[in-house]
Amino acid sequence: MLKRRSLIKALAATGFGGSALATLSGCQVTMDGVKASGASAAKGPARVIVVGGGFGGSSVAKYLKRFDSSINVTLIEPQKTYMTCPGSNWYLAGLVDANYITQNYDALKTKHGVNVVHATVTAVNAAGKKVTLSDGRVLDYDKLVVSPGIDFKYEAIQGYSADVIDQIPHAYKAGPQTELLYKQIRAMPQGGTFVICPPGNPFRCPPGPYERVSMVADYFKKNNPTAKIIVLDAKDKFSKQGLFVEGWQQLYGDMIKWIPASEGGKINRIDAKTKTVYTDFGDYKADVLNIIPPQKAGKLAFDAGLVNDKGWCPVNQQTFESKIHPNVYVIGDSCVAGKMPKSGHSAASQGKMCAASIVSALQGKNAPTAKNVNTCYSLVGSDYGISVAAVYELKEGAIEGVKDAGGVSPKGADAAFRKMEANYAYGWYKSIAMDLWNS
Amino acid sequence: MQKTVSRLAKILAIAAIAPLSLTAQAGEISNAELSATTCFQCHGAEGKAAGGAIPPLAGYPEAIMVQQMLDMKSGKRPTTVMGRHAKGYSDDEIRAIAKYLATLKP
Repeated sequence: MLKRRSLIKALAATGFGGSALATLSGCQVTMDGVKASGASAAKGPARVIVVGGGFGGSSVAKYLKRFDSSINVTLIEPQKTYMTCPGSNWYLAGLVDANYITQNYDALKTKHGVNVVHATVTAVNAAGKKVTLSDGRVLDYDKLVVSPGIDFKYEAIQGYSADVIDQIPHAYKAGPQTELLYKQIRAMPQGGTFVICPPGNPFRCPPGPYERVSMVADYFKKNNPTAKIIVLDAKDKFSKQGLFVEGWQQLYGDMIKWIPASEGGKINRIDAKTKTVYTDFGDYKADVLNIIPPQKAGKLAFDAGLVNDKGWCPVNQQTFESKIHPNVYVIGDSCVAGKMPKSGHSAASQGKMCAASIVSALQGKNAPTAKNVNTCYSLVGSDYGISVAAVYELKEGAIEGVKDAGGVSPKGADAAFRKMEANYAYGWYKSIAMDLWNS
Repeated sequence: MQKTVSRLAKILAIAAIAPLSLTAQAGEISNAELSATTCFQCHGAEGKAAGGAIPPLAGYPEAIMVQQMLDMKSGKRPTTVMGRHAKGYSDDEIRAIAKYLATLKP
């Protein structure tokens, strides 16, 4: 098998330079010897703009450069540092510190040659292939990738709004919200009640709310053993449910009470001042209240007109190109990716598939059709890990799990097995952070 | 004769398409390479050690990896999560990915 990158390097080393390189990557050579991609004929290297520096955006930016270092890749991300949602529940328990789950964009800049611009995109002109930044600049692109994550449907819960998140955190975009919940858990009176309200499907990180329950329980068990946790769920079942419930009983006895939607878990409204949640089956007064609202694609997806009537972005599930705007790609939580869950691991996998599709299109080559992957570890306790995994293939245009592959950890496994999966959970974080930000 | 020619044409047509599924033409990104990059998410960037409990894959001897993956796929080799992953790939895909990972520098 021919190794493309080594071949490019070898050819470059022979001094044939531009023409050999241009031929190899399927580009045309212009009069002055500057190569131009098919998409941006005679204008120099292809320009790809990536918006959003989370798991999806960082992955696509890095892998565009890995697959073709001649592409001009610009990553636009307002924040200089990024606290990841994965690992943020471990932080709530005090198992890792904030630094452990905080990443930055230095390696993408210095080691991979990505132009990192800390700004906000204020407008996308899909017809004119331009984006406008908060600093007033207007950038042209040949291909645009957006990975804007999620936004909240605050209006879906009466009494909850962006105005009260400083008292009642969602903590479902990591950062100051995570810090707030961290402090509230620690300030909760002995024997107090923590109420958490997970949303209906689909939402970011399906096991996330239940890992959070586990991690808050881990903290309480050590520091506030008479505390109670009440889960008022908008659903009747949830991700890795059997495994979580088994772990909760083993580790936390009767500390956790999960109430499904059909048995009174569905919330009607909340009173922010008194931290009271009202349901058809009764009222719950919380000492610490964590509302995770229903979700939709990130704001940029709406601003750029990339969403369907359900508030998510339909895409070609092979290339991740928008079904609405050509040359615009949507990856990660915002896109409709068949059976793939909205997770950091999914987003990173999609970023690689999308990068390979874009590079192949710009070079006029056949695009690979590799399988997407998801692996989600959750900690039920500090030494107790569980996982769900899947390998995905495209079937009639839709991403589906490969039959008989994937699934969750076995029920009833021994402590050594759970400990091994906990170690792998920490190992997963180190590896994916290395893959996207630290190498 | 006519039949033989048509059969030969079919075989040639299949032979022409088949390599695309596992190995790429010159300059193309292969499925094996792209799949390998998804392995990096748990096993470290470019298959290099990330410092956690999950083993690195760069330079892993090809034949050993193929055998281990096939054994994990069949259940002969006990695993936590890898059996669930291995079942997602054909034996040929496993061989191609192992071949690519073996070329990476540890």
